[in-house]
Amino acid sequence: MLTISAGLQAKIFAHARADHPDEACGIIAGRVGSDRPERFISMLNAERSPTFYRFDSLEQLKVWREMDERNEEPVVIYHSHTATEAFPSRTDISYAMEPDAHYVLVSTRDPGHDEFRSFRIVDGQVTEEEVAVVPE
Amino acid sequence: MAIEVRIPTILRTYTDGEKSVEGSGSTLGELFADLDGRYDGLRERLIDDDGLRRFINVYLNDEDVRFLGGLAAPVSDGDTVTVLPAVAGGAA
Repeated sequence: MLTISAGLQAKIFAHARADHPDEACGIIAGRVGSDRPERFISMLNAERSPTFYRFDSLEQLKVWREMDERNEEPVVIYHSHTATEAFPSRTDISYAMEPDAHYVLVSTRDPGHDEFRSFRIVDGQVTEEEVAVVPE
Repeated sequence: MAIEVRIPTILRTYTDGEKSVEGSGSTLGELFADLDGRYDGLRERLIDDDGLRRFINVYLNDEDVRFLGGLAAPVSDGDTVTVLPAVAGGAA
């Protein structure tokens, strides 16, 4: 199960809407082993594409080092789909390489409705999990 | 002195759980070959027949090695090499 604050969830939606129709991506860092997402970090989509995302490699190095220094890990890795449902695509599954992360998918296909779902992706196996949205 | 290589979580099964290992060589390719002698299978996760795997990022100190010549990039004692799986995907 993913437990996330309403404020952090709102930040993901805001980023996804701002970058629509391109896919938006980023992480929420949290203390190692805590499983609690706390620090929101939006990332550049180096592909600037409506159908693909990839973190900019140098920005990723900077952010990953920062997390190392703070004893954090990427608790949530999020990205948006802009014309399809919030479910991992074959591409998402084949590139997922953080077995401990919650992979959050949002969809901006419907301007009036936000979709938010969370998955574990381990060795090519996708498992959807419950999302608990809690106050700050 | 040696070259420090920082290993991401997903590849630590090849390094007995170690976050960072040490190796030697005068190029990145030689360094990976040296590591493979002790950490069997690691090299294959980093490179394929065409060179560095597309969705593995390798950095020499603060630079992406793709801009430094890839596997031919010169390395020397005291350098730090960081390996990070690219974070990528998308609806396509």
